[in-house]
Amino acid sequence: MRNIIRTLFVAMALAAAVSPSASGQKRMKDADVAKGLEGYFTLATGPQAYPDANGFIRRWLMLDPISKKNMTNRVFTDSYTREAIMHQYFPGQFTAIPKNGDVEKVTMEYQPPVDLTSNRPSAQANDESKMVKANLYWHALDSDHFFLKLFRFATGLDKTRYGVIFWYVTVINCDEDIENVRLSVGSNCGSMWWLNGEEVAFIATDRHMAVDGTTSKKLTLKKGKNILRGCTINGIGMSECCARFLDETGKPVTNYTITLD
Amino acid sequence: MKNIASVLSILLASASALAQSGNPYIHDPSSIVECDGKYYTFGTGSGGLISEDGWTWNSGAVRPGGGAAPDAIKIGDRYLVIYGTTGGGTGGGHASAIMTMWNKTLDPDSPDFGYTEAVKVAESLIDEDFNAIDPGVMLDPTTGRLWLACGTYFGHIRIFELDPRTGFRVEGNVGVDVGRNMEGATLAYRDGWYYLLGTHGTCCDGVNATYNIVAGRSRSPQGPFIDNVGRSMLEGGGKPVATSDLRLIGPGHFGRFIVEEGVEKLSFHWEADMDQSGRSVLGVRPLLWKDGWPVAGDAFEPGTYEIESQRSGYALELAVDFIRSENAMRGFSRTANDVPKVSLESQKLSEVIDTWPKGVIDARCGFHMGRTWQRWSVIPVPEAGGYLGGPYYKIIIEGTNRALAATPDAEVETVPEFTGAANQLWRIDQLTDGTFRIMPKEVPGHSEPLALVCFGDTTPTLAKFDFKSDNFKWDFRRFTPLK
Repeated sequence: MRNIIRTLFVAMALAAAVSPSASGQKRMKDADVAKGLEGYFTLATGPQAYPDANGFIRRWLMLDPISKKNMTNRVFTDSYTREAIMHQYFPGQFTAIPKNGDVEKVTMEYQPPVDLTSNRPSAQANDESKMVKANLYWHALDSDHFFLKLFRFATGLDKTRYGVIFWYVTVINCDEDIENVRLSVGSNCGSMWWLNGEEVAFIATDRHMAVDGTTSKKLTLKKGKNILRGCTINGIGMSECCARFLDETGKPVTNYTITLD
Repeated sequence: MKNIASVLSILLASASALAQSGNPYIHDPSSIVECDGKYYTFGTGSGGLISEDGWTWNSGAVRPGGGAAPDAIKIGDRYLVIYGTTGGGTGGGHASAIMTMWNKTLDPDSPDFGYTEAVKVAESLIDEDFNAIDPGVMLDPTTGRLWLACGTYFGHIRIFELDPRTGFRVEGNVGVDVGRNMEGATLAYRDGWYYLLGTHGTCCDGVNATYNIVAGRSRSPQGPFIDNVGRSMLEGGGKPVATSDLRLIGPGHFGRFIVEEGVEKLSFHWEADMDQSGRSVLGVRPLLWKDGWPVAGDAFEPGTYEIESQRSGYALELAVDFIRSENAMRGFSRTANDVPKVSLESQKLSEVIDTWPKGVIDARCGFHMGRTWQRWSVIPVPEAGGYLGGPYYKIIIEGTNRALAATPDAEVETVPEFTGAANQLWRIDQLTDGTFRIMPKEVPGHSEPLALVCFGDTTPTLAKFDFKSDNFKWDFRRFTPLK
């Protein structure tokens, strides 16, 4: 009984430590999302979007960040990055096309709030790992920039800013097959990308985001819907990523539309 | 034992040619600045390094303010030292400031030494996409305007304008974002182009640090800076300038030192020198400009070479008889090519050396033949000191101790024995176009520095260096390791 009481007490303490706003237990109002992400993202409106003039895909469904406590970026070897991303955090992680406002119930590592008055992680950040359950929400957004400023996506929604995993998905609609294109991506830090369920690009090691940092092998964007899914993992620093398709000559592909269903 | 000692000596000589001598331990070094004949660089923390000759470095430079990654520049007859108040946020907030201060001298033993009160010229808030650390400054040679680049991996690299008279921020100046996710940013100007230089990769991870120096260029000091494949540095672009060597890891924090026209040095730190316990050490390399882009040259590798004049393509050689090789003359007929192939031996030193005079032999230039009288072993002489970026070398005919020497009448000759005299010690600088300048440490009776020059096609001599003339340029060809 004593152990049960202690367990309950610990659970209640953890629940209190992870406030609703910090863990995403409640869904934020759209207006609050828009305000929090101002300057970086706007709420997606209209039935479809287009790649920008340089081919960058700006419309995405983005999931609140999953807390994955990494207080250094030295860990991002190929194997660690792949293992951390491929871990099953929520059902349909590699297959589903969620809707704006959908929730994922995720068990993730607890992290104390970051002390912004210090330049270093708080001492608590290195405490033994504790797991918490959280409701994470999908947001239909258009990036104000060619890239997704994932760091500001997190901070704008009052979520964990360091030691994070971001999932995002979008739908590429083609009037006809577009052959011999390559997915071109960049990310800070590691990332994996899937087109129609098949892994097509992978980035590991501590690195900055660079346009065309990595490209896939030659692909075919098939007539109709193509599901493009990505995941970026980072420890400390400015998480961000970008994606576009390039043709055989390296020119951006722009003759398709982008939807979220 | 003698052979082991000889091998060790050569290995030590080789190692000393790759890194700076002395105790060159520093992280995030400023540009190197010369003050009253000495060289200075400041690092993260409060101190820095001093060198009497530019080759042997030891701690001793003094800078208040702490923080990280300072820069320094001489403006008029004063020195502006600039630093960030923090080391940047790595998991916390990013509030920081850039400070500037003046000093009349960098010599802490001088009675004139004393910093002015530091003033804030830029800052970052606790949570914005910018971190005001890692300053780098450039005095625009075309306009006299003073530009400051700063920032780090957290957000943008931002350009500010400072007043070169006061070191203050120009009133009303608004920072311009020109890059992203770099450290150690600074600016350089050359031939109508402004270059933004920065460091990509992971800092502060010893032998695993992935630091590397990159550049983009623009027609304006405020960008946009574009790399060699058309990527903006705001898009994460950057053309490589310096990358890791085999045992020197993670170059970062570019600094430029212009010795004179055509002779430039690139300073930086290696995150780890694997031959010095993995310590972070100062690096100085020749700075080359290839197709309008800065590139770090390699450290000069001790070895045996042919030394080729860029005027004529001739090789520096002893003025001795051309001894014909004893291998048979062959015809070109089909039957002549029907016999089995064999590998012909090269002419040996022992086959010719007895034909050479025993005393002084003139130096001259002749057709490249790879012969013994054209094969020069270039070996550092550690006890002879050095110059910015390198040690002095002896240049001797391979397998002998016959040394190239400067004469009192500013000519060159070879003497039968290397004695270590200053007129037998040679400074080797790789020039901005990739060729080399070769200079004696001293020319007896001459105070002015002179360089090896091919006056006529076959006539090496010494004269005041002129970068515009190929007569002064040499290349080290057909390297073989020291035996």
